[in-house]
Amino acid sequence: MEEASKISRYLYTVIVLFLIWLLLTASLDPQELGFGLILSLIVAAFTYEIFSTGGLANLHPKRVAYAIAYVPYFLWAMIMANLDVAYRVLHPKRPIRPGIVRCKTVLNSDVGKLALANSITLTPGTITLDVDGDNYFIHWIWVPDEAMTEKEEEHVKAASEGITVPFEKFLKVIFG
Amino acid sequence: MNALTAIGEVLVLIGTFFYLLSALGLIRMPDVYNRMQTSTKSATLGSLGVMIGVGIWALGEDFGSVAWLTKTIVIALFLLLTNPVSAHALIRAAYKSGIPLWEGSVMDKYREYIESKTRAPESEEGETPEEGGEE
Repeated sequence: MEEASKISRYLYTVIVLFLIWLLLTASLDPQELGFGLILSLIVAAFTYEIFSTGGLANLHPKRVAYAIAYVPYFLWAMIMANLDVAYRVLHPKRPIRPGIVRCKTVLNSDVGKLALANSITLTPGTITLDVDGDNYFIHWIWVPDEAMTEKEEEHVKAASEGITVPFEKFLKVIFG
Repeated sequence: MNALTAIGEVLVLIGTFFYLLSALGLIRMPDVYNRMQTSTKSATLGSLGVMIGVGIWALGEDFGSVAWLTKTIVIALFLLLTNPVSAHALIRAAYKSGIPLWEGSVMDKYREYIESKTRAPESEEGETPEEGGEE
């Protein structure tokens, strides 16, 4: 993602900080709003350089809409993950077949990779072990049969389809 | 006792159930990687359920105001963003310090990758090899 201008990055940081302030105080009193705005301006002046490289472009309506649509999708995946964990923990035979697999991603930005790694960690049976370039190393609690091939390419393809592809269609739009 | 209170109570109950599962997973799983798997996921969703449940519960009570719900949402959001990062850091540190995988594990592509990566420069310049997990 190309670097946005300093003003745009600064304003984006202010907006995010002010939203957090709004939720934390939960009051619309003009005094509180004014003080929160001042604090957001001060904190943003110190932190905008490390906070964002995309600036206001992150608030593009299409991105926000995809981000909102991603929330229920992700929560659903997370609930399924926990039922899966419940099944594995409570089943008397403890049906696990763990292994570390390798996936590829199509995401380019660092934030997108972080979001993908976080999503992987919280969804069924997978936890991110390392990210190197566009390689993801993932500890999978139940490696399916189609990923157990000897050929490297087939393995990577099967593992990616099981793990990264479902999220990429959202994250590609949100973070690029 | 109205509908919001009831929803909140049910959510807190579900959350505590997932806490219990998380603790059970710690006992039942064979190695550190599988323990991280079960404990991270269940503890995160359990906390999410408890916190959002408390927020909704407070909405239904007499003292309730929307401030409870917004605060718990912020806390839940921060937890959702930071918990997987800490899990990743822990599991990666465990691998780097050489803790073995469970003997039932079927594959370890990460070690192959590290070996192929360290072997290539070693043959030319002999750089310091990275530490990998040992089985």
